[in-house]
Amino acid sequence: MGGFTPDNLVKAKEIIGLYPKARSALIPLCHLAQSQDGWLTPEAIVEIADLLDLAPAEVKGTASFYDMLHTEPVGRYLVGVCTNIACMLGGAYELLEHCEDRLGIRCGQTTKDGKFTLEETECMAGCDGPPCVTVNYRYFLGLDNQGIDQLVDDLEAGRLDNEIPPHGTVYRNSRNVGLTASPTQEPQAGGKSSQIAQPTPTKRGAK
Amino acid sequence: MSTPKMVTSRLGFEDSFTIDRYVKTGGYQALRKALKMTPEEVCAEVTTSNLLGRGGAGFETGRKWSMLRANPVRYLVVNGDESEPATFKDRMLIERDPHQLVEGTLISAYAIQATQAFIFIRGEFALGLERVLGAVNEAYEYGAIGPDIFGSGFSVDLVVHPGAGAYICGEETALLESLEGKRGYPRIKPPFFPAVIGLYGEPTVVNNVETMSNMPWIISNGGAAFAALGAGRSTGTRLFALSGHVKQPGNYEIEMAKSTFRDLIYNPDLGGGVRRDNKVKAIIPGGASAPWFGPDQLDLHLDQDEVAKAGSMLGSGSVVVMDEETCMVRAAWRIARFFHRESCGQCTPCREGSGWIDKIMRRIEDGYGREEDLDLLMDACDNIAPGVTWPPQQTTICVLGPSIPSSVAWSIRMFRDEYLIHIKEGGCPFS
Repeated sequence: MGGFTPDNLVKAKEIIGLYPKARSALIPLCHLAQSQDGWLTPEAIVEIADLLDLAPAEVKGTASFYDMLHTEPVGRYLVGVCTNIACMLGGAYELLEHCEDRLGIRCGQTTKDGKFTLEETECMAGCDGPPCVTVNYRYFLGLDNQGIDQLVDDLEAGRLDNEIPPHGTVYRNSRNVGLTASPTQEPQAGGKSSQIAQPTPTKRGAK
Repeated sequence: MSTPKMVTSRLGFEDSFTIDRYVKTGGYQALRKALKMTPEEVCAEVTTSNLLGRGGAGFETGRKWSMLRANPVRYLVVNGDESEPATFKDRMLIERDPHQLVEGTLISAYAIQATQAFIFIRGEFALGLERVLGAVNEAYEYGAIGPDIFGSGFSVDLVVHPGAGAYICGEETALLESLEGKRGYPRIKPPFFPAVIGLYGEPTVVNNVETMSNMPWIISNGGAAFAALGAGRSTGTRLFALSGHVKQPGNYEIEMAKSTFRDLIYNPDLGGGVRRDNKVKAIIPGGASAPWFGPDQLDLHLDQDEVAKAGSMLGSGSVVVMDEETCMVRAAWRIARFFHRESCGQCTPCREGSGWIDKIMRRIEDGYGREEDLDLLMDACDNIAPGVTWPPQQTTICVLGPSIPSSVAWSIRMFRDEYLIHIKEGGCPFS
């Protein structure tokens, strides 16, 4: 693995071009890297830093703040059980215990085959169907123990792979219009935004 | 007279998220109308509507816009980071009517003359991100985004920005930091609010998803028609996210200030009553940050000022119902734990206080509590929010810290006996 694939490098530059300042693309680029590798690899961190003209530590230091950005490998399916107030009232802790038994791991761990990582999540805004279970951020509301067993069976057999992409792919579409490098907009009252330099990717420490 | 559905009118359609359905049901007419008005006229309609921000703080939208510093560059940022526990209204609007959100955002961008707008969507909303990205692509092709939209001479770009999992990024200055590609640390305010120094140091308006979704209706029907609904400062309709021990949890769009919490919980068309026809023990009226109400306060109206006067807040518009079989210690502990996990760590009272409160609450729930723990908890709350009053005093940069006592201190005040039973019996009587 060595940073972005050529296709993703094009995408990365398109994303950077959407923002008035390049650094704003940091989190979207981390998502892009995770959609490619499943987690945020050290190589990706270096490449993102190069693209944004930052130090790798600045990228990692930012990424480490966010729950969705993983600087260590994660299972192919990240199973999250929300235990926050509305889900707790709906039996989430009991369901989480069942998940642990079914997957044979504790919360926060990954199965030996690298397929599943189990997480206790905070509120995912699925409170009308507690408990709220997510797999790679796709929602499964109101499951009971049997529902979990079925879900895990389906995932193991790959029956949900059309519905649930591997971990890291949050959104499967992207902005596909107005992607020119030059800004489409000129402020009406003056030219300040035209003074904002368009990000020019620099290559430091290219591999 | 039935109340109009301002933000949920399209949700009955399977294809409510497509531009075809949106345009067929009157979509983008309000934007066309707005572009024929002056920006000042659009602002005036919003001011007349008295639309209160639907994110949590409930600030008048028109007034927020009017505070923008004069500057050649202005930004509009839509806050779709919905993470307040038990709040799930924005996710519905984002996933099922993304064009309404996009149109509302474009109208608002025109009103404040922002040529660059961002919709910040919580990273966990995978479907929502796909839907809004799709809607932006469609709207661009349709001529509603980009240079010279609908031939009006006004140009605007709209970027959908994914979050990456942090409750604190719902706080507007933390959101701006995150949008700048940094850790989500809230900024100190006052003196400078985003309207003066916001994104990249430029004047910025940050508005909630539901607030934006109201714009097409307000422009189509006029601010006065919006203000004619509701009462006092609480005008229009609002989405209430009802969850917990009710028979029919869900999002309900109802007229502001006309219904009570009791109506919301028991009306057969709304909550439909409490599960197993149990009694209500307590409700959380406005998100996990709000002080709790007891059953004697159910007749308060869903009115921002009435709820504030009664000592809590309507906040994010979520209502959690807890019935008589619920352990209040466990419920309060879970909320305290949430704040501990989500504290950004900048300010000592919040970072350390939330951790200690989490541990002490857990020990009581597990049966190892001591009677003096209740005073210790109140003391910790007092260190985060001196006086433990509502609205709270603040020792921290943002309001996450002062939100911690809302569940802890109020549950102790309301259910002290239940805490003492945990301590005396050495365990939770409900488990």
